Amino acid sequence: MRPIGGKAERFTKPLIASAWFSLLFLPFRGPEAAGVLFVVLAVSIPLLGAVSDRVKKTGPLRQGLENIGLKSRRFAPLLFAPLLVVPLAAGNYWIDVAVLAGIYIILALGLNVVVGYAGLLNLGFAAFYAIGAYSYALLNTMLGLGFWTALPLAVGITTLAGLLLAFPALRLRGDYLAIVTLGFGEIVRLVLNNWDSLTKGPNGISGIDAPTFFGASLASLPAYYYLVLFFVVVTVFVMRRVVTSKIGRAWIAIREDEIASSAMGISTMRYKLYACAFGAFWAGIAGCLFAAKMRFVSPESFTFMESVMMLCMVIIGGAGSVAGVILGALLLVFLPELLREAQLYRMLAVGCGLVFIMVFRPQGLFGRKNASPES
Amino acid sequence: MLLQQIINGLTLGSVYALIALGYTMVYGILELINFAHGEIYMIGAYLGIILLAFFTSVGLTAVSLPLTLLLVVVLAALICSAYGFTVEKLAYKPLRNASRLSPLISAIGVSIFLQNYVMLTQGATDKVFPSLFGSGGFRFLSTRVSYLQAAIIVVSGVMMVSLQAFVMKTKTGKAMRAVAQDKTMASLLGINVDKVISITFVVGSGLASVAGVMVAAYYGLVNYFIGYIAGIKAFTAAVLGGIGSIPGAMFGGILLGLVESLGASYISSEYKDAYAFVVLIGILLVRPGGLFGKAPEEKI
Amino acid sequence: MHLLKVKGLSKHFGGIRALEDVSFGVKDGAIQSVIGPNGAGKTTLFNCLTGFLRPTKGSIVFREAEITGMPADRISRRGISRTFQNIRLFRDMSVIENVVVAQHPMIRSGLLQAVLRLSGFVREEREVREKAFEYLEFLGIETLAEKSAGSLAYGLQRKIEIARAMATGAPLILLDEPTAGMNPQETEEMMTIIRNLRNIGKTIILIEHDMKVVMGISDRIVVIDHGVKIAEGVAREIRNDPLVIEAYLGKELH
Repeated sequence: MRPIGGKAERFTKPLIASAWFSLLFLPFRGPEAAGVLFVVLAVSIPLLGAVSDRVKKTGPLRQGLENIGLKSRRFAPLLFAPLLVVPLAAGNYWIDVAVLAGIYIILALGLNVVVGYAGLLNLGFAAFYAIGAYSYALLNTMLGLGFWTALPLAVGITTLAGLLLAFPALRLRGDYLAIVTLGFGEIVRLVLNNWDSLTKGPNGISGIDAPTFFGASLASLPAYYYLVLFFVVVTVFVMRRVVTSKIGRAWIAIREDEIASSAMGISTMRYKLYACAFGAFWAGIAGCLFAAKMRFVSPESFTFMESVMMLCMVIIGGAGSVAGVILGALLLVFLPELLREAQLYRMLAVGCGLVFIMVFRPQGLFGRKNASPES
Repeated sequence: MLLQQIINGLTLGSVYALIALGYTMVYGILELINFAHGEIYMIGAYLGIILLAFFTSVGLTAVSLPLTLLLVVVLAALICSAYGFTVEKLAYKPLRNASRLSPLISAIGVSIFLQNYVMLTQGATDKVFPSLFGSGGFRFLSTRVSYLQAAIIVVSGVMMVSLQAFVMKTKTGKAMRAVAQDKTMASLLGINVDKVISITFVVGSGLASVAGVMVAAYYGLVNYFIGYIAGIKAFTAAVLGGIGSIPGAMFGGILLGLVESLGASYISSEYKDAYAFVVLIGILLVRPGGLFGKAPEEKI
Repeated sequence: MHLLKVKGLSKHFGGIRALEDVSFGVKDGAIQSVIGPNGAGKTTLFNCLTGFLRPTKGSIVFREAEITGMPADRISRRGISRTFQNIRLFRDMSVIENVVVAQHPMIRSGLLQAVLRLSGFVREEREVREKAFEYLEFLGIETLAEKSAGSLAYGLQRKIEIARAMATGAPLILLDEPTAGMNPQETEEMMTIIRNLRNIGKTIILIEHDMKVVMGISDRIVVIDHGVKIAEGVAREIRNDPLVIEAYLGKELH
């Protein structure tokens, strides 16, 4: 909080804050480092205060962001064109990152249905991602099914898993639901880790086939990029149409006020089930894409941290907004890559960033306070 | 064998219970799952090692071990309380009126930050807590209990009883309960809600740090990611007992410790971490409000 | 003909008898008020009628069919709609979206039609919006259609709730204190709205504290005190009923 009041306070407050943080830091790195931290903070806190005052007064950042959020819809086709030429312009490394980003966009959009639209907090979404990936891996390596045959089956299994979890879990409210989904995520991971005869335990399953397209293999990175891009486009297309239909409206209504929703004749249980199944559906697709890209799956790709990251993508971009969630996913995939130089410090920055965004823009970077179904 | 496992379970359970208290108190007042609470416990464990090393280097340990240990626990609790206080002020207080998801994400951010902060300053490898207690112990019925186990159970028990007394008997404790019931009403009655919230974080963090120091001593090893799994389990314990209820958190913690310890030895140790959740899901399906909690009913 | 028949309705919460053996009928096209001192059990009665609470005993018959104990959403689809004492709008939606949501059960297009945007879907969506607009016009708030519902004044929010209740298409509308917190002019306006609702064929059950409203527009009045029906009749009869006078005055003299 910026200092209000007398001139003396303007100087003492940052000093007190700096001393406080340095003291907290002291046991971990000794007196010298704490001293350095004190000096750095004593200089930067007043500076940051001045900057944030400026920003608050003019508010260009906030408005700028809102404008981007609004305009992006109109210019969506323009944004789309450069995506087609990415493999021509970028090196393999960045194509790889882009493929990953595409998979996360699908995941985040799926989770967005559950959290952003229906308002059900899910802390174990990686479980569905895992079920999708392992289903494809097993169908492919054990039964020899190709990508296009295994995909609908794997997605069907994942959707069913979503429904099966939802049936009992939806009797619970809010945070109890959150913790049960978290538990489900952990249980799925532990089962994958320990059911050696089926999943090969922590070693994972390797030798998964890449998809083919009319006989041509899509194993090369650029080809795979286009495959993922295709699925992202399908996801966004379907998602936007569903959330602007009566189904999406019912989800938002339930999120806003469950009691009023049932007074309007909406079967809240049924639509929550739809949301869970629909969310899991996309996680299943993302899982298949992931397994087919890596040609390998192991439990460590589906940890709780993974669920947390997906949730952060949804919330940072702006829960309940399709465009926002896409941007949230891009941000959280690309930002750590850009910070790779400062590898050691990037998770520190991600943690800080999450707190900052929530404190200064709780509705997410691109979410509007007034989340209407058109978003 | 069975008795041995029960003692192990009680030890583990009292640690879970101590951490769970922090979750339950914060949840009772702010309805926030304080995800960073597990990291406070982890910081407590590190502080135990750091402070002990410091006191050994200045020669205090050689003079009096009990005094040193007391100093380590008290100082670690103070520093952790300061961390808890700071986290609340920076990451949660500005979000008092935001939607329910925002503080949760902020808490996840704090948790990621603190984990990496400790990893960067203390290194990614295991830290060792020097074994000071040898393998001393005593016989209890037909089984052996180490002094450390006994100490953990006794210290936890004393702290839980004191906390309950603090919340039920003191003026501050009454203010805490008032704020938990109705923040607006409490502030109208002249209770400083912000202060009560700060106290809650300070007390909860202090308890977690004691748990951290004891666990560091018990297992002898500490790593920067121990906070996450312990945090999740402690939260499970809190929900198990009915979140918001202090006796519930104690009971949930001990139940969880027993389930884990017995499950690991009689069913399969590979699924040790899953039992907590299986029990939790089972109980919530029968009693959607936890063992001691009431299912929330919304007034129309 | 009775649209709604309540027989021997009781609701107990543990040892508390919030409603005890309440019976009455509501004629098609009537405006029927339920009055009584605070805590008499009026809102509990509404919650039982609309499925938010399961009655302990008794039966509720609506359009000759037993609806006792049905879940709220099914009762709503059967044709009983309501407003809430402490307004429950979808605050972050626009006004018109609120009214569109209320038409949810009448929309037939499902997932497939929505994804493919078949012509039926597009037509249905258009019709739903047009209808929503008509309901807003009926209440004279069509200019606010695109405003965020939560940002509006209290009196306007009550009107949106009524528009929303109408939009469900229900023939029976339960209004829970529609004039609470309104000034005399707004109250007058609300009375006109309620009369208009009846004029377009709706049946109304009204919980109301303002005696001027109750006596002014009710065809029939049911009085509840401590969960028990103590009187029923037209305004004139109620005004002179000794039990009613005691229930009200007795309360005030404490």
